[in-house]
Amino acid sequence: MDGMDQADEGKVLREGESRREFLQKGVLAGGAIIGGYLLLGSSLHGLGSPDGASGTPSRKRRWTMLIDLRRCDGCGKCTDACRLEHNVPDGQEWMKVYTRTDNDGEFFLPRPCMHCENAPCIKVCPVNATFRNEDGLVVIDEQRCIGCRYCMAACPYDARYFNWSEPVEGDEILSPTHERGHEDHLRGVVEKCMFCAHRTAEGRLPACVAGCPMKAIYFGDANEDFLSNGPEKIRLSTVLATQEAFRWKEELGTEPRVYYLPARR
Amino acid sequence: MGKIVVTALEKRLMLPLVRSGRGFWIFAAALVAIIGWGAYAYSVQLREGLVVTGMRDRIFWGLYVSTFVFFIGISHAGTLVSAILRVTHAEWRKPITRLAEAITAFALVVGATMVIIDLGRPDRLQNVLLYGRIESPILWDFISISFYLAGSLLYLYLPLIPDLGTLRDKMPRRARIRRWLYSRLAARWRDTPEQRAHLGRAIAVMAVLIIPVAVSVHTVVSWIFGMTLRVGWQSTIFGPYFVVGAIFSGIATIIIVMAAVRRLFHLEKQILPVHFRNLGLMLLALDIALMYFTLSEYLTASYMGTSRDAFWLSLLASGPYAPMFWGMVFGGFLAPALILSITRARMVRWTVIAAVLANVGMWFERYLIIVPSMAAPQMPTEVATYWPTWVEWSILAAAVAGFTLLLVIFSKLFPVVSIWEVQEHVSALPKTVPATQEAIG
Repeated sequence: MDGMDQADEGKVLREGESRREFLQKGVLAGGAIIGGYLLLGSSLHGLGSPDGASGTPSRKRRWTMLIDLRRCDGCGKCTDACRLEHNVPDGQEWMKVYTRTDNDGEFFLPRPCMHCENAPCIKVCPVNATFRNEDGLVVIDEQRCIGCRYCMAACPYDARYFNWSEPVEGDEILSPTHERGHEDHLRGVVEKCMFCAHRTAEGRLPACVAGCPMKAIYFGDANEDFLSNGPEKIRLSTVLATQEAFRWKEELGTEPRVYYLPARR
Repeated sequence: MGKIVVTALEKRLMLPLVRSGRGFWIFAAALVAIIGWGAYAYSVQLREGLVVTGMRDRIFWGLYVSTFVFFIGISHAGTLVSAILRVTHAEWRKPITRLAEAITAFALVVGATMVIIDLGRPDRLQNVLLYGRIESPILWDFISISFYLAGSLLYLYLPLIPDLGTLRDKMPRRARIRRWLYSRLAARWRDTPEQRAHLGRAIAVMAVLIIPVAVSVHTVVSWIFGMTLRVGWQSTIFGPYFVVGAIFSGIATIIIVMAAVRRLFHLEKQILPVHFRNLGLMLLALDIALMYFTLSEYLTASYMGTSRDAFWLSLLASGPYAPMFWGMVFGGFLAPALILSITRARMVRWTVIAAVLANVGMWFERYLIIVPSMAAPQMPTEVATYWPTWVEWSILAAAVAGFTLLLVIFSKLFPVVSIWEVQEHVSALPKTVPATQEAIG
């Protein structure tokens, strides 16, 4: 074959020539389409955006949660309040209370979505269905999600849930003036805690914070350095400086927006 | 044109295209029935949602994703045999290149379908094109697999052209639709030296281009897992580990398909024991490489034994996945290596047995990479369990049947052994046996 190749160099090849031209044009056109697609894609979503996967602190709000584990008795009222607020489908716990045991016995760890500054779920989403909104929250566009569940693989906190079946409509009716975070849910998409963005927009605390009988959960804007559990108000910077606050799985570098105060000190 | 002369080789290779026994129709009907059953299972899944699978929030990827990785792995068959052996001028490859290329293209089609079946919202697949984020490894996969599929189809088609010309000229007159199809596909092939030169160059270029694309494909498939923070997934060797496993299962698949075709189409004179011997040796080499990677992967995880690594390994070594894990190690990796190491066992039958063991082992391997990592808890909670449902098993069976059916249809439309390349090969040998010439049609 190679010998034949060389022998043919320089010959005029009508049919072959036009076919080769066609192929060359085809390759060029294909390359241009792919190149254009990549450029367009990256400038529209992600690469070009200043607020991609790695968070920048210059946002309007930085909603932050602080959970005092000394106060948490594991009653699960936060989970219930969340379920009611968002009509959370069966089998899901957007605010989940984990139980851990150490030398002094059991203690409890409530886990909302951590709304990580460096959110692994945002990084891996193929269609930009999970993204950071202007208040710094990690939210989901349920209309866009294709249900590949890659974000669930990426999340180190098991905070994401998939609607495996058609979610059953909840029948518990709240007061007519009360707008819920979620009424309906779609089958085949991923959902999770959204820090009750619909309530904070009205200046109200998230449902789990309001629903905690132990007043263990504080919530507020880190930009204003101010958190509240309802009756109390605290300065985040003071708590972080004076108490042994920690974040769950700090070593992973996800920069969660949820702090904990240890169960025992 | 004058009298049409059909050589014995052409007759042997064209006969399966025009003659099908009862056994063929029974086999094809069985495959269609299995696919039909799988389609029914999928319709149930579309109606009820993914709740009909065994997957839940903790173990959210299962049989579908394992099978996706497995079939994408098999697709490395064509690249290895037809591209790498072509580039290295291994002449013995010629009778088996076409099978390898067909396996590649069809395995890609089936593999890509498995991902779509796994989606919660397959109706929104177009969002990948509309809103695709290049930062997501899934998009890397999408681009890489698309390129590989396009390249593989082209690479399957190019070496077919001279044979299509032969078929156009020599198929029986009564096969009118066939002749029309072949004449369209043959693209005015007249077997001139110029055409041969151009075709040779095009094939040579494709052979080189397809290799990096193939390597990229299973590398980015591995990175879907490798880019996460999960135990057992976050590993730097995943790229090459997956590629080696892919070529391993690709070779095993060629051996199995080759044996079936040889028996069914009576190609004992075209597909020779030397092909099984050589591919068997390559399977052995890849098997050893794979065992090396497996050892590296699990030894580095276990030696210091961080608590999460230790727990995950205990699931594999002594937990619920132990039978599958040790079955993979001994049955899928070590047993084929032993069989293929014994010189006397390098016969067709034992090579095929080794290949079947290797492929079952590789499917286990894909499953074991995906499921136990999710079963191991990453939050303070219990081990998650997963058992596939009848829907998943049905769709897995349909995937295997679909892959087989595509090969069967291909083998009824095109010669499974490249006529012109084998003729070239035979005429290049120092001593040629005069071919008996007979006319058919």
